[in-house]
Amino acid sequence: MPQITYIDSDGNKHEVELPLGATIMEGAVQNDIKGIIAECGGSCMCATCHCYISDEFLDKLPEMEEEEDEMLEGAVAPRTERSRLGCQVRINAALDGLIVEIPQEQ
Amino acid sequence: MGAPVDRIKFPTQDTQSMKKNVIIIGAGHAGIQAAASLREEGFGGSICIFSEDADFPYQKPPLSKGYLDGSQQKPSLMFRSEAWYEKNQVELRLGEVVHSVDTENQTLEADSGNYVFDTLIFATGAYNRTLPIPVTGQDEPLYLRSMKDADKLKQALDQAAVQDVLVIGGGFIGLEIAAYASKSGKQVTVVEYQPRLMQRVLPPLLSEHFAAKHQEYGVKLLTGTGVQSLHQEERWTATLSNGDTLEADKIVVGIGVLPGQALAQKAGIRCSNGIEVNEFCETSVKNIYAIGDCALHPNPFAKGQMVRLESVQNAVDQAKVIAASICGKPTAYHQVPWFWTHQYNLKLQMAGLSEGYDELIVRGDVAGEKFSVFYFHEHQLIAVDSINKPADHLQARKWIQAAHSPDRVKLADDTIKLREC
Ligand SMILES: Cc1cc2nc3c(=O)[nH]c(=O)nc-3n(C[C@H](O)[C@H](O)[C@H](O)COP(=O)(O)OP(=O)(O)OC[C@H]3O[C@@H](n4cnc5c(N)ncnc54)[C@H](O)[C@@H]3O)c2cc1C
Ligand code: FES
Repeated sequence: MPQITYIDSDGNKHEVELPLGATIMEGAVQNDIKGIIAECGGSCMCATCHCYISDEFLDKLPEMEEEEDEMLEGAVAPRTERSRLGCQVRINAALDGLIVEIPQEQ
Repeated sequence: MGAPVDRIKFPTQDTQSMKKNVIIIGAGHAGIQAAASLREEGFGGSICIFSEDADFPYQKPPLSKGYLDGSQQKPSLMFRSEAWYEKNQVELRLGEVVHSVDTENQTLEADSGNYVFDTLIFATGAYNRTLPIPVTGQDEPLYLRSMKDADKLKQALDQAAVQDVLVIGGGFIGLEIAAYASKSGKQVTVVEYQPRLMQRVLPPLLSEHFAAKHQEYGVKLLTGTGVQSLHQEERWTATLSNGDTLEADKIVVGIGVLPGQALAQKAGIRCSNGIEVNEFCETSVKNIYAIGDCALHPNPFAKGQMVRLESVQNAVDQAKVIAASICGKPTAYHQVPWFWTHQYNLKLQMAGLSEGYDELIVRGDVAGEKFSVFYFHEHQLIAVDSINKPADHLQARKWIQAAHSPDRVKLADDTIKLREC
């Protein structure tokens, strides 16, 4: 199982293993990582699962759909080129070692 | 912990409010969020949640969406992991019903015995309204509220031998199920008593948009029509209010819900269409709160009228309100209502409450299925419904929350960016 490092909204590091196919949001919720709220339960409807992805993995991520792109525009924390919605990114084998940073605000 | 009375003595005097024990009835969005927010606020007392539903606490919205179509599995519906409940010392008593509450002595009776509480939270949700017509046959019509219902529904709809599905009720849940069934190749008929779909909450323009989409997928819509009786032999026969009959292999019913208030009512807590609460979600009895689908509350976004909202937003935000209150930081409930539904490629997001609007502005590409409807009352923006326009939705929530109204002339002009309206 790919290993993912979350840096929560307080700056604490958590290393967890996620099953293939799980989303970054699900991994955060299941492992009690502070800062991911995921109010809509992964429907791409709330933008409270906003996170920042480590640079070296950006091109290994699944493509962003227009819907996610638009939701990110409304996220509370500033959007950067590392921004993704955690519920829209599924873990695949290429994402082993991924570092996910969670903003202070959702 | 929700310990039986005879085992542990709780302080009879209010020592520190942060050390009291809280009992929550219901493990839906409202109940679980209340527990989480209490801990986030630093609540140090015990928290115990009773849930009639034996399944590990899960979110309901996907039951008629991703869980039904198979794109979301059980684990992804769970609010929190088992470890979370342990770490945060939130005791779950699943599959256990609370039968009565004694408000005087602050005790309650559940399956396993009596419990005392300092604070009690009703997060009892809502339950399905059942068909008020004669139904005969060996099977029951299908309903959807719980995960068990969803498993049963999916199993029924996924049978290859099932061809004709009759959905009674053209509201959100009925239509989400209709969308799934028609996409999986069933011949679906929706019977709706009102003249149009989702009439209670949507304007004609949007009802029609959804109706056209369902028809495009082959769904037969019978609006302004009621079902008078159901009879099952080999198949079901439905007798309609216009005298016609209809045959179906499965019947699915989504005709709304009723608030889970029987327990509160029996305890002498004031109820009408829901458990009545004030802006702090306090019921008519001290130390007892009600939140979520069961709470009839004054809503600032409905001009202070008493309303009951059946949405994740309302459950979550009311839970936060009472957690703050219990921890000595009372704040009135003042959050813009929002809701969503997903049918085919149409994602509808609703912000605010549109009832009572006197002006409506449509912005975006209606034919291209990317647009929003802005509702005003006396020039004040009160609600926005967005179809496949998530950015509009998020902007709308901010505006309505801040009681800001965009310039209506600019709004009607698509060349001007929404943020600049
Ligand atoms: C299929 C479906 C789709 C939905 N889709 C959406 C959507 O897209 N967007 C949205 O915002 N909302 C949606 N909703 C509504 C949303 O799920 C509810 O508003 C939300 O679940 C309300 O949470 P709650 O905690 O108030 O109540 P509930 O989730 O109903 O939880 C109440 C719990 O209390 C328990 N209980 C009641 N009485 C007792 C008792 N005496 N003893 C012990 N336990 C008791 C019940 O078993 C129940 O589990 C949907 C609902 C359903 C059913
Ligand atoms: S969980 Fe709501 S947008 Fe990701």
